[in-house]
Amino acid sequence: MAEKIRVVHYLNQFFAQIGGEEKADIGPGFKEGPTGPGRALQQTLAEHGEVIATLFCGDNYFAEHAEEATEELLRQTARCKPHLLIAGPAFESGRYGVACGALCQAAQARLGIHAVAGMDEENAGAAVYCKNVYIINSGDSVVRMLATLQRMVALGTKLVQGARLGRPAEEGYIPRGIKRNAFAAKPPAERAVDMLLAKIHGEPFQSEIAAPQFQHIKPAAALRDLSSAVIALVTDGGLVTEGNPERMEPGRPTRFTTIPVEGIDRLDPKQFDVVHSGYDTAFANQDPHRLVPLDVMRELEQQGVIGKLHESIHATGGAHAAVENATRIGQSIAKQLKSAGVNGVILTST
Amino acid sequence: MVQICTMIPVAQEVGSLRAMGSGGIVTPTGNPELTPEKEKEFRRDLVLRALQILQKDVHE
Repeated sequence: MAEKIRVVHYLNQFFAQIGGEEKADIGPGFKEGPTGPGRALQQTLAEHGEVIATLFCGDNYFAEHAEEATEELLRQTARCKPHLLIAGPAFESGRYGVACGALCQAAQARLGIHAVAGMDEENAGAAVYCKNVYIINSGDSVVRMLATLQRMVALGTKLVQGARLGRPAEEGYIPRGIKRNAFAAKPPAERAVDMLLAKIHGEPFQSEIAAPQFQHIKPAAALRDLSSAVIALVTDGGLVTEGNPERMEPGRPTRFTTIPVEGIDRLDPKQFDVVHSGYDTAFANQDPHRLVPLDVMRELEQQGVIGKLHESIHATGGAHAAVENATRIGQSIAKQLKSAGVNGVILTST
Repeated sequence: MVQICTMIPVAQEVGSLRAMGSGGIVTPTGNPELTPEKEKEFRRDLVLRALQILQKDVHE
């Protein structure tokens, strides 16, 4: 290529050969040219690029003064006018990994340069920054220094050149959660059978869908006094007011409805509708109480079994909901209910 | 929160810790095979059981 890629390399105090834990308190610093693993980085870049400078900072200093350290390191980086920032690899060092991620994210956002970090996928910095920063999975052993730097350079070069990146597994980076359409040689049914056969034969195969990770939820305390409690009805079965004025999506929902039911004793099928692409809504459309038990809840309220039925029903559609959207919808509904003084919720799910 | 649903293992997997069986996927609080009166009784029983569960402590 015509122009050499100008690279700035970030290291912690240990890899920058300043010292071990006893030097972890030193602030940001600057050296001309490559240092320590930077020499392997320069060899990997060969004639295609040049390590202009090495930036470093003590692990503790960065952890305790993240903002100031980032500011200073960004200032030094900008001075070098690089095309690419290479940070680490930090392997399993958590403070170092977080510093690499933070600096890469800031350099991308504020200096508009490309950045690649390296660390183990279990590093705390990976969890925090993998969505916004390309992080090559280094594994936890320094033995993989050269191999990791080679992947970091390969990925960084592609970023600088604007080349199309392959899948995370091909390029070696930790998945960023980005989906991209691609043409496959075989139709889905054949791919699925191929995977199944590979699984039965104990051969390696790669799922096309990553299983989502769910957070641990702390259960709410038991309701102490039902006769004074405000109970709300919520459903993921897609109840809407007739005509769907809130424009709730029948599938892949991003929103939820708020249906006022104060003073209403029953859900008239003519006034309500069910919008949901994931199940046959005929029965619920015939009688919405098959989805949301408003009729019996109103009676239980009048009989004093519960204190009060909450003034609104909230509904969303559960069909093919992205976990991120479903989480946000659930949290938004919970926030509204809590601020309205609701004590308990019955969620009906299709 | 108590969840009236059909796929209880799925509910528990995503952290829904008070989950109970429903009238079915397409009719969580109904059963179209019953007469309207019986169906409402069925629904009332489900809701009363759900309210019972809300009053019990659960552990992760």
